[in-house]
Formats: sequence, structure tokens, C-alpha cells
Amino acid sequence: MRHLLSTKGIDRATAVGILDVAEDMADVATREVKKLPTLRGKTVINLFFEDSTRTRTSFELAAKRLSADLVTFSAKGSSVSKGESLKDTAQTLAAMGADAVVIRHSASGAAHVLAQSGWIDAAILNAGDGTHEHPTQALLDAYTMRKRLHGVASRGRDLDGLRVTIVGDILHSRVARSNVWLLEALGASVTLVAPATLLPSDLSTWPVTYGYSFDAALDQSPDVVMMLRIQAERMSAAFFPNAREYAREWGLDDERLDRLRADTMVMHPGPMNRGLEISARAADSPRSTVLEQVANGVSIRMAVLYLLLSGEREADQ
Amino acid sequence: MSPTTLLITAATLPDGSHTDILVEHGTITELGARLSRAGATTVDGDGLQALPGLVDLHTHLREPGFEQSETVLTGSRAAAIGGFTAVHAMANTSPVADTAGVVEQVHSLGEQHGYVTVRPIGAVTMGLAGTQLSEIGAMAGSRAGVTVFSDDGKCVADALLMRRALEYVKTFDGVIAQHAQEPRLTEGAQMNEGALSGELGLRGWPAVAEEAIIARDVLLAHHVGARLHICHLSTAGSVEVIRWAKARGIAVTAEVTPHHLLLTEELARSYDPRFKVNPPLRRDEDVQALRTALADGTIDIVATDHAPHPMESKECAWDEASFGMVGLESALSVVQLAMVDSGLIGWADVARVLSTTPARIGRLAGYSDPFAVGAPAQFTLVDPSARREFAVGQLHGKGVNSPYLGRTLPGRVVATVHDGYATVLDGELVDAATVAQNARVHRG
Amino acid sequence: MTVRTVLQSADITRALTRISHEILESNRGGSDLVLLGIPTRGVILAQRLGRILESIDPAVGESLASVGSLDVTMYRDDLGAQPTRAPSPTQLPASGIDGKTVVLVDDVLYSGRTIRAALDALGDHGRPRAVRLAVLVDRGHRELPIRADFVGKNLPTSAEERINVRLREIDGIEEVSIES
Ligand SMILES: [Zn+2]
Repeated sequence: MRHLLSTKGIDRATAVGILDVAEDMADVATREVKKLPTLRGKTVINLFFEDSTRTRTSFELAAKRLSADLVTFSAKGSSVSKGESLKDTAQTLAAMGADAVVIRHSASGAAHVLAQSGWIDAAILNAGDGTHEHPTQALLDAYTMRKRLHGVASRGRDLDGLRVTIVGDILHSRVARSNVWLLEALGASVTLVAPATLLPSDLSTWPVTYGYSFDAALDQSPDVVMMLRIQAERMSAAFFPNAREYAREWGLDDERLDRLRADTMVMHPGPMNRGLEISARAADSPRSTVLEQVANGVSIRMAVLYLLLSGEREADQ
Repeated sequence: MSPTTLLITAATLPDGSHTDILVEHGTITELGARLSRAGATTVDGDGLQALPGLVDLHTHLREPGFEQSETVLTGSRAAAIGGFTAVHAMANTSPVADTAGVVEQVHSLGEQHGYVTVRPIGAVTMGLAGTQLSEIGAMAGSRAGVTVFSDDGKCVADALLMRRALEYVKTFDGVIAQHAQEPRLTEGAQMNEGALSGELGLRGWPAVAEEAIIARDVLLAHHVGARLHICHLSTAGSVEVIRWAKARGIAVTAEVTPHHLLLTEELARSYDPRFKVNPPLRRDEDVQALRTALADGTIDIVATDHAPHPMESKECAWDEASFGMVGLESALSVVQLAMVDSGLIGWADVARVLSTTPARIGRLAGYSDPFAVGAPAQFTLVDPSARREFAVGQLHGKGVNSPYLGRTLPGRVVATVHDGYATVLDGELVDAATVAQNARVHRG
Repeated sequence: MTVRTVLQSADITRALTRISHEILESNRGGSDLVLLGIPTRGVILAQRLGRILESIDPAVGESLASVGSLDVTMYRDDLGAQPTRAPSPTQLPASGIDGKTVVLVDDVLYSGRTIRAALDALGDHGRPRAVRLAVLVDRGHRELPIRADFVGKNLPTSAEERINVRLREIDGIEEVSIES
């Protein structure tokens, strides 16, 4: 694997392979010594143009558990935000000898631009680009689903037949996009639920079904309900009238929670707006996978860093 | 050997006939077979297509104010090598071309350099701010003789202001060139709105934002009985609106850019900002509709929307990049590829959409009967059989933000003659000092 | 390219039986013994050794019963020079390896780098009393100061040759051959 920019186009074998490596990485966390020497001497740069403490920390922990040298380059408040271009930053990092760059950027496609520019030769790992993709989030979500389904027998399994409903601001969600492509590759079926204002205007090329009514989607008894964070600024841009109405129509409240099967998973990429898109009881219920998702995030990121930084770099374009 | 006595032998005219062309003192003085004139600079026109000098109704020359992107000189050179003899320079400079002073300055810079006629376009509103009419009458009456007014880059969104502008320019036989883009519907827009923009996570620029303004403006033009020109039409729906308006006899003309005739939104998949342009590249259905409309006359002209940018505005993430592509050097080749080689139009139509009609819309004299004895010598000679790998070396302006780099394009401009003297010979630009000298002689 | 079979099925069984006896002898019985195979074929060999040990001395069964696997992928020093390897699971006995005698089992001993990686990996899992090494084939060309305690067969080879170990459980056939 040369870069990880998106989950679009990923094949099932590759996806299962990443999840399997993550299983081994997860074992490390249970050991006395929670560290592997694998990436000793490799330099990983966390290039964060957008604040995200959780994702940044997760990557930091992953890189450190693999013994990589890690530098976090928080572009906020540095020269980058003062007009230094992506190009200059990339060339600087290349000069510093970065082997991998984990990039979070507010512009869709920023990771692609970095990977294709020729400004830097390092492996590029997309840690969230605008409203485009967030591939490691989707991978950790899939890992979490698989673990809940198959437990210790997860290795080698896909998500064939799993029915996943994703609810919320699909239009602006990189998590939703990455999940749609990855879940399709793994054999799951996806239903998107949102007000029409928060769905992309044309979903004809997406491998999904979609609807506007959360209650109608719940009637189908999904195996997984994934709630997306809703941002307050969407209200002022007239995507929906107010928080109360949003919560009433598209929030996972207690009443909707009680309609779920006991083994239906409730997922959320975090951070949650309790009481808006998800009730406190739903977030803390045994159905909720929120904390597993966080723990699994480190394993997935270890797996991806390992796969990007091992192997003959030129051989697998 | 007089630099201003030119003899072109055996060239093919747009109507398909063959002739020698003799140029003396800025004018075509003889047409026919086996002409000769002692001391003339001779160009072997065998196999070359002669076209009237191309006229671009939509060029961004950037001077004054953005000289790091382009100047009147560098833009004029890019135009000449592309076969143009006249360009209309958009008003979004700094200061904005909203006074007689600015348009006269741009006009006279064009005259001095001498590669093409530079006709400034005046801003419709002061500072392009969309609130108050600029000094349209003063610009029309200035030495620059402005006839086309546009806030291009921005839409004249206010309906009342647009109505007044349409009415007011009637006074001077001018025309408003509208950049049709409903601003609220396109806030933060990055690419064509559709399935692809949803997938790529780029903010959509919906077709309706263009079509709604065009629909409103043709109705306004009809209501006040004014001429209206629509810049860079980009959607199949816009074509339908124009077709409807023309059927009702509304005095609307429309342009399409070369890139909208050839390229589609699929190119955005690369996130390469060279393909970021406003209005955005659209779907293949739109491209096909635009081609058909250009062929059947619904769309009147091709204009480049040549928009040079410094390198750093394109070496960044898509969202952060500037809109725009350079187009003067590639326009004719792209029209040949999209329209001529595909069999949709012939060279006579090329002459119409890239020269005669844009000159008529801009009220530019001397282009109505270009290959006649006594006509001002404005023409270009193209080798349609040439194929060229389009590379930075073929760009002669300051901008290298061309979407065609790395593509093979048909056709090559061999010579361009402006006001009777060559600006391009043997496929190369004539040097700036010679051109400026010839321009001075021509002005007398 | 020529292929020469150097060990056949019966030879392999005989070699493993001999190694089992040597292990019991050097460990003075089967107590606190842990056999850890290095994936992929080392794991099969470790399982076979465990069964042979049990058949030699059924009493061993209760105290031994400790056959596992130790993946060394994450400890290799040649990650950038080889195609990416997918790691295999590590399975250690529930009672751990602290204070035990661990016998690492692999099919071929060559440069010694795999065993170096295995020793590092082992150290991250606990502190054995002693670590031994059993291999089916030792082909020489060591690059590190590492030697095997129990060897099925010494096979002097040139660096250009390839040793192929095929085991029934994985390959369907059972043989060791040299390809040159
Ligand atoms: Zn425009």
C-alpha cells in the first residue's frame, strides 16, 4: 500500500487484510510491553491543519506503539495558517526526511494533492479531508462491527449481509462517505437517513438506499445504527430549522433506542452532542460501541502505518 | 524588404477557395492566383487555412493591478500566437475598469505593444460592487470607445440594477455581458453540483444558479428592448433558455468557452486545481448540448475566458485554489478538436464564431468582410494537419494554468497578421520591438 | 533449474522423533517446557513435536501441553526490503512463558535474522528461564551469532539455492528439496 487516501475502490481482500492486521495490533495492547519495534527509525509526521485532539492522539499512540519517531505539526497557529502553502509545508517535511505524513485538512482532496504533487515522496495517510473522506474512521468502524459480530473468530471475516443505517449530516460527512465505500466492499448494505437538505443532491452513483424518515428506517430493524454529529452552524445555513426539530425527527432518543433489537449496535464517531443527535441513555447503553471505537482506532491506525511503511516502497504503486 | 508588404501564396479561405493574398500598408490590396510583389515578405500558404483575425470577447489581461499574473503585453502575445488580432479585456483589474481613465490606459497599452487590438470592457457597477452604475457614458465616449460592459467574475445579481444597466447602455449602443451566477446559490461553490461533487465532497455549483439568472435577464432584456450577452454558457439548461429567448426574438447573444466544449467535471476527480474554473466544468451531456448549440447558432460565439493565475494559486488544495484557466494559446486548437474534427462545423463557421460575430457583438469595425480587397488586413494562417503535444513551452502569457498540458491538440498557428503586419511568422512570435515599431508606423 | 529431494516423509518423521528425544534429554524431562513455532511451517513442526513428546512419555502430557506460536513479523529488520508481510497470530500458553524453557521451532535456519527477531519478540512477552532453538534444516550462511540446539539435518547449500520445506498440513505433500 503506497498511500491511504480514501476507501473508494478498495477491494474486499485488502479491506479484510487491514482489519486482520489490526487484530494482531490489538493483541499488543493486552501485553506487558505495549510496544513493537516495527517502525524503529521511521519518521511519522502528524500534519494537522484542523484541530482534532482525538484523531491526532490516536495516530500518535499508534505511531509510538510501533516505535516510530513521531512529530506532530499542528498547523493551526503556525506559519501554515499564515499563508504558507501546502506545497511549502510538504517540501519542508520532505526535507526533514518524513517517511509518512498523516494529514488532516479542511479542504477536500488535500491528501490527494499531497500524494500526487511530487513535492514529497512519503506515504500519505488521509486523516480527514474536508467533507470528502476519513478512511481510518471507516476502517475502525468496520473493525468494531466485525468484532461485535464475530469476537475472537473475527480474522478473515467480512461483513456480508450486515445492514447498516447511517443517520445525520451525510452531505458534510467524510465519515459517512468513507463508510459507504468500505461497507460496500465488505458486503454490508447501507441505508442513509437525513433531511433532504443534508443528503447530497444526487445519490444515483452511491451504493446505498436512502430515506428521510428515521422511524421508517428503524422499522427495517437494522443491525447497526450509526449516528453522525450534527453541527450547530448548519442551522444558520437553513439546512434545518432548529435543534429541537432535528432531535425530534432524526435524533436517537430513548423511545427510538427502545425500539432497537438488543444486539443492534449504536455507533457514533464522536464527539457526541448528547441530547441532540443521540440521547445520553443511547450513548451509554450496552448497544453503544463508542468506547470500543476509540480503542479500536489505535489498532487500525497501527495496522495502516505498518502496511504503509513496510514492504518495498517502489514495488507497489 | 518592407515589413508591411506581405504576400501569402495559395492559402485556403474559410469558404474553401484558394488564393494568394497581398497586403500593403495595412490593407488587403490584391487577391488572386500567382500574385507577386518585389520586396514582399512571402508566406507559403499551401495547405494552410486562412481565418479572419480571431476576436476574443472575454479575456482577463490583469493589468493594472495583477501584473504578476499577466500584463497587457504578455496577454497580447499569448493572443497573437493563438491567432487573435483583437481581445476584449475584462474589467476586474485593480483599480477596476470603471472610469474613462483606466480603460484609456489599457487601450493605449494595447496600441503601444501592437500585437492585438485591446478593447477594454467597462465595469457595469462601481468597483464591481453591484450597487451603483459605473461611468458607462464616460467610458463609451473615451478614446477607448467602450461598447461592452461587464462585472465578469461577479454577477450583476440585483434585478433592478440589471434592468437599469440594460436600459442605460442602449443609449450608447452598448451591450451588457452578464456573468450568470446566482450568488447565494453558489456560496463557496467548488465544482458542478451533482453525483460527483457529492462523492468528492466539494461544494456544488448547481446548474440552476446559472439558468435562473439567464432566464431572468432575457426577460429583462425583452422588457426593456436592450441587447444582452451571456458570458460562458455552461449547461444544457442554459442552452434551452437561450433557444427559447431567440425564438421569441429577444436580442440575446451567448458565448461558450473552449474548455466547456471539451472538458467535463470528471477531471475534478484528480483534485488538480488546473481544472477548477468558474463556471465549473459540467457533465458530458452539457458538453454535447453546448456543441450542438454552437453548431446550430443558438450559441453565437466562442470566447476564451483566458484567466491567468500565478503558480501559487494553483499549487494548493482545490478549495484554496483560484478559479480559471489560460486559453488564448489553445482556443483555436480546442475548437478544431471539439467542433471541426468532429464534423459539427466547418472552417467558415469557425470564422463566424471566433471572429465575425464576436466583432459584431463588440461593435468592432473592420471584421465584417475580412477577405476582400480593401479590407483591413487582420487574419491568421493555421496548419490544421499539425499535431502538437501541448506543453508549457507553447504558453506565451505569464500563466501556465492550462488544462491541456500533456494533451495532444490539433492545429498550429503559422502566421498572424494584425493591421497589415505580422505578429506571428513561421509559428513564432515576432519580437516585441519590431511589432511595436510596426504598430507605430501603422498608426502614422 | 533443478530440484533435488533431500528429505522424504519418513526422513522428516525420523528427524522430528530424534529431536524430541534430545529435547527431553536436555530438559531432563518434559516439565515447564513450551514449544513455540514460528509461522508458518514452524507452527506445524511445533505441533508435531508436541505430539511426539507426548507419545514418548504420556506423563509429559500433563505438564507439557504447551505448544503455541510466535509471530515475528513486527520484529523483523528488513521491512523495507521485502514485500509487505501480513502478520500471523501469536498464541502463547495461558500460563505464560515466565520461568519456562521455551523451545523455538522453525523449518529452516539460514541467516539467523528470524531467530533474532523471535528473541526480541519473546522478550516483550515475558522472561523464560531458557530459550532453545529447534530447526528441521540448518542450511548455513549465518549472519548473526546464533546456532540451533536441535537440528534435523544439516544441509550445506550455496546462497543461490533455495530450500523448500513442504509439509502435509499446508502443502499436501511432505518433503524437503533443494532448488538450484
Ligand atoms: Zn465570468
